[in-house]
Amino acid sequence: MTHRIIVNGQPHQVDAAPDTPLLYVLRNDLGLNGPKFGCGLGQCGACAAIVGGKLTRTCSVTLRDVGEDQITTLEGLGTVEKPHPLQRSFTDEQAAQCGYCSNGMIVAAKVLLDRNPNPTEDDIKNALADQLCRCGVHNRVVRAVRRAATEPAK
Amino acid sequence: MTNGGLSRRRFTQSLGVVVASFALAPRTAFGQAPGGLPFSLRNNRRLEGWIRLEPDATVTVFTGKAELGQGILTALAQIATEELDVGFDKIRMVSADTSRGPDEQYTFGSQSVEQSGSAIRSASAQARGVLLAAAARRFGARPEDLQVKDGIIASPDGKRATFWEVASSDPDLLRGDITGTAAPKKPSDYSIVGKSINRIDLPGKLTGAPSYVQDMRLPGMVFARVVRPPRYGAKLVSLDEAAVRSLPGVVAVVRDGNFLAVAAKREEQAIAARDALALAARWSDEAVPLPDMADLHGELKRIRAETIVVGATGQSELAPDQARRISAEYTRSYLSHASIGPSCAVAWLKDGHITVWSHTQGAFPLRGDLAKVLAMQIDHVGVVHMPGAGCYGHNGADDVALDAALVARAVAGAPVKLQWMRDDEFAWAPFGPAMAMRVEAALASDGKIVDWSYDVWSNSHAMRPGQAGGVNLLAAWDLSAPFVKSPPPHIPQPFGDGDRNAMPFYELPRKQIRNHLLLDTPIRNGSFRTLGSHGNIFAIESFMDELAEVAGIDPVAFRLAHLRDPRARAVLQAAADKAGWTPGQKGDRQRGRGLAFCRYKSIGMYAAVVVDVEVDRKTGVIKVPRVVMAADIGLAVNPDGAKNQLEGGIVLAVSLTLKEQVGFDRRQITSRDWTGYPILAFPEVPNIEVILMERDDPSLGAGEGSLPPISAALANAFAHATGRRLRELPMTPERVKSLFS
Repeated sequence: MTHRIIVNGQPHQVDAAPDTPLLYVLRNDLGLNGPKFGCGLGQCGACAAIVGGKLTRTCSVTLRDVGEDQITTLEGLGTVEKPHPLQRSFTDEQAAQCGYCSNGMIVAAKVLLDRNPNPTEDDIKNALADQLCRCGVHNRVVRAVRRAATEPAK
Repeated sequence: MTNGGLSRRRFTQSLGVVVASFALAPRTAFGQAPGGLPFSLRNNRRLEGWIRLEPDATVTVFTGKAELGQGILTALAQIATEELDVGFDKIRMVSADTSRGPDEQYTFGSQSVEQSGSAIRSASAQARGVLLAAAARRFGARPEDLQVKDGIIASPDGKRATFWEVASSDPDLLRGDITGTAAPKKPSDYSIVGKSINRIDLPGKLTGAPSYVQDMRLPGMVFARVVRPPRYGAKLVSLDEAAVRSLPGVVAVVRDGNFLAVAAKREEQAIAARDALALAARWSDEAVPLPDMADLHGELKRIRAETIVVGATGQSELAPDQARRISAEYTRSYLSHASIGPSCAVAWLKDGHITVWSHTQGAFPLRGDLAKVLAMQIDHVGVVHMPGAGCYGHNGADDVALDAALVARAVAGAPVKLQWMRDDEFAWAPFGPAMAMRVEAALASDGKIVDWSYDVWSNSHAMRPGQAGGVNLLAAWDLSAPFVKSPPPHIPQPFGDGDRNAMPFYELPRKQIRNHLLLDTPIRNGSFRTLGSHGNIFAIESFMDELAEVAGIDPVAFRLAHLRDPRARAVLQAAADKAGWTPGQKGDRQRGRGLAFCRYKSIGMYAAVVVDVEVDRKTGVIKVPRVVMAADIGLAVNPDGAKNQLEGGIVLAVSLTLKEQVGFDRRQITSRDWTGYPILAFPEVPNIEVILMERDDPSLGAGEGSLPPISAALANAFAHATGRRLRELPMTPERVKSLFS
């Protein structure tokens, strides 16, 4: 069955069952690498993307759920050559070790900053409370989000 | 259907011709060998096996160590840049590839800068020397009169040639053996080593560039999943395969003994087929009896064990009988690696050759075990390291590599990507073993420890592939013609196994240390960050505070009174100073602070830490607002990278201390998702200050050494705050509440 989805501003035709979790469509049909498989249970946040303006666990929503909502992934924020301010601040703060959770961190931070452009440290920690990181770069992530919020755009 | 984006983003992997370029001489995999040529060069002598000048004016640097998220490729590139005098942007790192890189065994034990760094330093210094000598001949000048900058050699009279120009005139120039005689630079001359260079791999990882084994997409690739037994010991009794084979997209069902897997065209189809396969399988009721979680300490001590005296001094004299004798027992739970991404591998069997892409810590040892299980000649098996989610030790990476290879056999010609599901990882990856520790000491009236007796009980923390006497890969034990597990190796001090850091670093006139290596293994174990150090330092450093309290001496002063090593004393003092440690300050029932020290492996980095806690007696929740650590890692190749590692170890250790324990009943593992195995979350992470001691001494490795002292410092802080002591990890709210009820 063919579905039309809009990802990072581009429409795509996807031939997959309607109950297919969005994550596998993004990764395997569209070749995106940002959203990662972490648990498939909506518990860790590694698969996060922005769907219809909301932070979404793409392992736990289906193609049918998504409908025509605009989807933004890590790739839609910026590139190596033209990084989003959050991607730049994560680099500046070296706010990653393995980087596997970074997709979820950056995407969740984007949703936070859209809602609250000047969050406190506690705001950031609370907004990221359900995004798991195992390497222990939490404090660097908080600094990176603050930096993206406060640093003038380059 | 797919769109143009897929092919653009398709992972371009150069499969190339696979040539086994390095001899597979057996040797000890554990630790540095003393003196002479750097350890990693002993069996990898050829210069071009480490450094190659490429026609596009870049330099390829080969390492046998793997990027595990610790930033090692960046640090090694800095070392190569420094010694070669070429631009950092000219360096291309190739990591842990059995087809074209040096065999450096495993990436473990915080030894990559020490081992691979030393090798690359030697190789680069020699390459630079050889190039200079050749340029000198060409220019008719003396090598010592030539200048090198960014790969360009210049003579005093203005002649110039690039490294690549010099090398192209003589293809054999870099083909010799590394002799170890080329003098590397003095640390005082370093320009890039010692600088906090940003990680070379992060920009891609932070923007969604293909970076991980999970991101590999090969033409015609299929997706696979495994179905593991419900518990250790259960056997596959029957299977209704037909129901699964007819599901959409399914291309293969693999059944071999108790090993079950399925492959499908699409990933979600493989996952659905896995669920169906689990329902279609009937397993025997057999189970390996598991210990009673409520009495781990007692259970471990009851398991059959081999007792090894790790060290003994002063035993010819009787212990002074005037001294006060004190003892205590400590316990650590089984721990999960709990990496955010489950283990994954890609395997491709083609024309009698199999290539496996894996986030293994040991590409070469894994290759050997894969060849055994697949009954293939070793030169028909290649293992190429690809990054995965964070690696904190021996997780499921090697196991899933075999799983993928077994499926690849069933779909010959097609590449297979197999990722474990979350419950596969939590239930089947090797755990960090539970540990029981008992310490007894005698204290003289002057507050000096005059006798020390220490026992540790745990299974082996070293059950990796590549060990002699069997095969340490999960599926290998489940096949219809099963392989046996390798027995645990005997790893001597100072590296040790469950007895790593069991030898106290303090000056003790009389001591005896025994390791009780458990021989029966109810729960699957492996190497978890720092092996036994975490449990041993938890016991030793908790007990040092208990002794200090009995002696009525401040914990800092008490430790200093038993420490001679100036670097140990310096980190202790630095941490106390930075934290504002006040001798004699009392906890206020709610808040307290504690301190601990560790020299990792007794020969590695030094760390001293001060931890603050706030205890809520009603809820049992312990908060950790602040951690201050002073660390001496010798020369820091990349200070910010090292700090990142040290901070990470601290967060991981706070998480272990407060929350983590593998859950099981008497028959099976029950913690199979993040609800069952919670880890520290953002609001719970302490503020962390790390001070790096500024030193030019040889680098000591920073990957692990911040972890061991944290649990003890936290327990000491809890005791300081409340006057009560927790000797069992984790310090869960339930344990805290029961202490006060």
